[in-house]
Parts: sequence; C-alpha cells; structure tokens
Amino acid sequence: MTKPTLDRREILPQLFPSTDGYLFISGLAGPARDAAALTGDSEKLYTMAGTMGAAVCMGLGVALSAPESKVAVITGDGELLMNVGSLATVASLQPENLSIVVVDNGCHGETGGQPGHTALRTDLEKMAEGAGIASTMTITSPDELADGAKFLQDATGPRILVARVLYGPPSDFRRNLDPAACRLRFRNSYLATA
Amino acid sequence: MSVSYIPEDSRFEERPKAIKSWQRKVYDLLKDAGVTHFSYVPDAGHAQLIEWSASDPDVYSIPLSTEEEGVGISIGAHLGGGRSVLLMQSSGVGNCVNALALVKGGGFPFFTLVSMRGDFGEGNPMQVPMGQATRTVLEASGITCLCIDDEKDVEQTIKASLVMNIQSELSVAVLLGQKLLGAKKF
Repeated sequence: MTKPTLDRREILPQLFPSTDGYLFISGLAGPARDAAALTGDSEKLYTMAGTMGAAVCMGLGVALSAPESKVAVITGDGELLMNVGSLATVASLQPENLSIVVVDNGCHGETGGQPGHTALRTDLEKMAEGAGIASTMTITSPDELADGAKFLQDATGPRILVARVLYGPPSDFRRNLDPAACRLRFRNSYLATA
Repeated sequence: MSVSYIPEDSRFEERPKAIKSWQRKVYDLLKDAGVTHFSYVPDAGHAQLIEWSASDPDVYSIPLSTEEEGVGISIGAHLGGGRSVLLMQSSGVGNCVNALALVKGGGFPFFTLVSMRGDFGEGNPMQVPMGQATRTVLEASGITCLCIDDEKDVEQTIKASLVMNIQSELSVAVLLGQKLLGAKKF
C-alpha cells in the first residue's frame, strides 16, 4: 500500500472548504477533535467521547430525518471497524445526503498508537464498496485533497472517503464534552432552521 | 418521505401471515405517535411490524446488522427531529449496552419494543441467560421497563409508554413476554 503523507490536522478544512448546509457527527477521540476544530465546535456538530462504533448509524439517523441537509460523519478506522456492518445498513437505505470521512491513521491513537488492522491488510474502501456504498475513494497525499473535496460535493451518495494519514496528533481543540448540553444545542439549532 | 428499502426485483418474498389483531394496534399507535424510523434485526415476534414498516411509504424501514446500530439511529433521528422505535429480541439488548451509555448520558428519549426469549415457557437453554438478564440490563442502563404478558393490556401499555417517552422524554422499553407472543417449541 502507498505510504500516506497526509497530516490529519490539515485534511478536514480542505475537504470541507465550506461547512454551510452540513450537519456533522463525529466518532470519539481524534476525529472528534478534528471535527471540532473544523467547525469551532459549532451547534451543527455532535461529537462523541465514548460509545465507540455508533457514529455511522447516528449519521444515518440524522440523514434520514433531515433529508434537506448534507450530513457528514467524521470517524476513524478503529471506530468504523467496531461496527463495520453499519456500512451495509447505510447501503440498504442509500441516503443520498450522507458522506462518511474516515481519518485512517492505521492505529488506535487515543490509547497509545497500537497498530490497527488497516496498518496491516485491511482496506476500508474495499469493505465499503463490498457493502454496497454508492461512491468510494481513498486519498493518501496532500495533492489529492482537492479531488477529495470534489468527491464529497459531487459523487453520488452515500459516499465514503478514506483518508489514510500519517500517525500524529489530532487537532488541539477542547470541545464541549457534555452529551446532554450538546444534544439540546444540536437539535434546537436544527429545528430552528428546519 | 421514503419508502421501502426493498426493490421489486429483490430476493425478498412475501411469507404467509398469521396476524394478531393487537399487532396492528401497536403499529397504528406508533404511527399515530409520529414514529418515522422503524429499525430492527429480523425477528419472529416483530415480524408483522417489520413487514408493515417495509411496505409503508410514510416511514423509514431500516434493517440493521446488529441491534446496537439501532441505538445510534435512534439518537441520530432525534437530533434531526425524527422519532424512532427499535424492534429487537431480548438477546439484542445485550448487543446495545455500551451504546445505551449515550442515551442515558445525553438524555436521549429512546424507545424500544423487546420481544422476550428466555422467560415464560422457554425450552431453549441458550436463550435463558440473556432473557433473564434483559430487564436488569435495561434498567441498569437507565431505561424504564413496562411488560406486557396479556393481550388485553397491549393498547393501554403501549399508549402509556409513548406518553412517557414523548411527553416526559423518558427512555422506555416495552417487553413483550412469551406469555403474550407464545414460546417457540424445541
């Protein structure tokens, strides 16, 4: 496999040059920090700090409830593999407004960088393709970010972008960790504009 | 809104139905309460609700890979202004536990109908441990449990559970006992 050269802290701002019209769900740990840095921890983002494996289906629930919004799930390779059957669930429902971005660092960064399956033989894009996700793409280098942004904007949904990144720290961003406060913040904001 | 996920050319075929009148009542009460997302792992106890949701153009019928996904969908549906029910067997409750942490921590109003195994008349010993633990596990996770063992209690209990869930934002599980559903023969 091509060795990645992407710095995870730089990918989301380039993949989402504008966050207008998006609702974001993130898995726990690094992807949550990266997503919080992207949005300034806005009311359009719900991050997890536990419940590993729930992000994709939370995004699916939002995408079906809010079909006029674009919904993006920001997750990691470990979080996605913990409930990888959720890709099949998404494929059966085919929500056109759902994007999944996997920050694939090939390890469990939050617990000390222990290697994960994707550092060895597992290819998440192929798993997503096999599950039946309409559009799939993998990027590994900074010069592919513009194509990645175009993919998220134009490819038929549901779509998954696997960004294979260097092992390194996530964005240094302290977000609100109160799940009840964030629930009310997200839902009330959405309902006020829906 | 969408719509059945089952295309006309799929391998899905209609199976003979043995519809019990209370099952239709349950479906209609859920619809009247504004439930928009029906998620499930295939299950004999919920078979009618599952089939009705799959052919109902007004709701999302969502087949899951594991029940835990249904907790995530329920949370996501709430965040996006929708309302969901998770239809699962008691064994599936065991698959949901860590996801239920976000239901409790975030104060999400989760709603589930659980078809029981391992209780009244169970003849399969492998179903007994999880079935016997189901209520304890749900209550330990912050879910209020209401049980139905008699057909005459179905309407009243489903109505009560929906009021608790929607108006008081309580997370509620309605346990459909094997005395109501009938125990599978072994």
